[in-house]
Amino acid sequence: AGGGAGQGAGQDAGPAAPERVLFPPTFSVSEIKNKQRRHFMFLRWKQQQRKEKLALRKKRRKEREALGDKAPPKAIPKTIENQRIYDETTVDPNDEEVAFDIATDEFAPYFNRQTVPKILITTSDRPRGRTVRFCEQLSTVIPNSHVYYRRGLALKRIIPQCIARDFTDLIVINEDRKIPNGLVLSHLPDGPTAHFRMSSVRLRKEIKRKGKEPTEHVPEVILNNFTTRLGHSIGRMFASLFPHDPQFIGRQVATFHNQRDYIFFRFHRYIFKSEKKVGIQELGPRFTLKLRSLQKGTFDSKFGEYEWIHKRREMDTSRRKFHL
Amino acid sequence: SLQIVWDTLGNKQFCSYKIRTKTQSFCRNEYNLTGLCNRSSCPLANSQYATVREEKGRCYLYMKTIERAPFPRRLWERVLLSKNYEKALEEIDENLIYWPRFIRHKCKQRFTKITQYLIRIRKLTLKRQRKIVPLSRKIERREKRREEKALIAAQLDNAIEKELLERLKQDTYGDIYNFPIHAFDKALQQQDAESESESDMEKEDDDEDKDEREFVEADDSDLSDFEDMDKLETSSEEEQEDEEEIEKKASHSKSKGKTPLKGPTRRKRPHIEIEYEEEREPTTKTKVS
Repeated sequence: AGGGAGQGAGQDAGPAAPERVLFPPTFSVSEIKNKQRRHFMFLRWKQQQRKEKLALRKKRRKEREALGDKAPPKAIPKTIENQRIYDETTVDPNDEEVAFDIATDEFAPYFNRQTVPKILITTSDRPRGRTVRFCEQLSTVIPNSHVYYRRGLALKRIIPQCIARDFTDLIVINEDRKIPNGLVLSHLPDGPTAHFRMSSVRLRKEIKRKGKEPTEHVPEVILNNFTTRLGHSIGRMFASLFPHDPQFIGRQVATFHNQRDYIFFRFHRYIFKSEKKVGIQELGPRFTLKLRSLQKGTFDSKFGEYEWIHKRREMDTSRRKFHL
Repeated sequence: SLQIVWDTLGNKQFCSYKIRTKTQSFCRNEYNLTGLCNRSSCPLANSQYATVREEKGRCYLYMKTIERAPFPRRLWERVLLSKNYEKALEEIDENLIYWPRFIRHKCKQRFTKITQYLIRIRKLTLKRQRKIVPLSRKIERREKRREEKALIAAQLDNAIEKELLERLKQDTYGDIYNFPIHAFDKALQQQDAESESESDMEKEDDDEDKDEREFVEADDSDLSDFEDMDKLETSSEEEQEDEEEIEKKASHSKSKGKTPLKGPTRRKRPHIEIEYEEEREPTTKTKVS
């Protein structure tokens, strides 16, 4: 009855006031009590929406073509990388302060070619098979690296011994429930220590379409997307693991790619098919790292001076804010 | 009456502190001296009883006498034992003087065991402790999801390829790859094809032996250049065709799982019609006139 009255009023008002259009009272899909019917109506509504959207898009495309050169430029879709909150510590390559820092920090001897990297890879206590195999593969990927078993030794005592034997870096792979889940990378003669959480570790046999074993050639290093000051120092840390002069004959490349604070490590063999096309083939293990803390001296959990710790409550508040 | 207590609890009926296993029964009572369920060890069935218990690293001697049986609150008398082992033993002795031998002996034994495990605890805490960090499920799920999304956004293969091509352009590889700069050879597609094969060739051989080329029909020159392929005569061409096949096979075997780049793409060069009779055997390289 209410509907009828409304209709009547609409019709009366129609000839009297043609500008004022009264729509019949519509129902919304969510008011139907019957689930089946409601579902059906909803699907129909959805299809209608899609059709309208398609029509709109076609219209827009036609307009764009019609305008030809005068058409407004295409709108760039928003991505998280586009919308990233600008970090003040972004490294500007021409910045003097950064350049000075770089020249005098702990990696300067490496970049000046005074030291040759020598890496010690070890694990936490009692490593399980997967971790052991991962360590072995990692040592084939990084040249001049040695794997030693932990056997219950304290890290604080290992470190002076390593320094005495001329090691430049120490990698400790932490294990939990038979899978490796953490990585501590420590630059030895008094260098910074970075603690990462490691995830999605794939050993060589689990990688599909992989090539043969990595050879002994020194691989190249690619560091992608380390923009902030913190990221820059982490990038240098990774770079200092590998000897400074890659052997291009080997055609191997190790990549550390930072995306949204996750560092993806891959190891590939590349081949240039033409000057515009290159084919890559994945060898070697792969894993992703997320930085948890960066400490100034060597590994010392109690008295260390932390340069950066990931504090969840403060740092994870925004989805567009990244630190590396 | 204690005998009645024991008869009821210990032997026949139910005692809530008692645990039975196949061979033995144990007593869960915290004041029990030995831990077994015996007539002499049951604190309920003995009116005169003593135990040694430790609390927060200090040992106490607990005693129960029949005079205090009606006062459950004051039933157990507690004496702090000294930290010195021998002194504590003497203290036990002087507190339990005139007590049955069994209880005295068992108390001292129990005290010894307790001190031993306290020492062990102290030693272990000095070593490295494994720190247990709780994982929050919500956080883990969130991190995993974000990692997946980041992986998709990263487009790793493309990024790596771009970077490598950049480096090629910047000439970091120097002279190893000999691609002509594409600014002035857009029209020369065949040159591209040739350089493709030539670069493959260069990768095959570790040394660049480009200087001497032997167009001797009778001879076998494994590593020769294809640069002047078009100018060559048919006979030497055909030999090089042979070698090309060999190179192809060698390169095939070198990179197995890769996308096939050698086979069909090699046919970009002008196809030369040559007739030759022998097979593609590396060993059978004969001269053809």
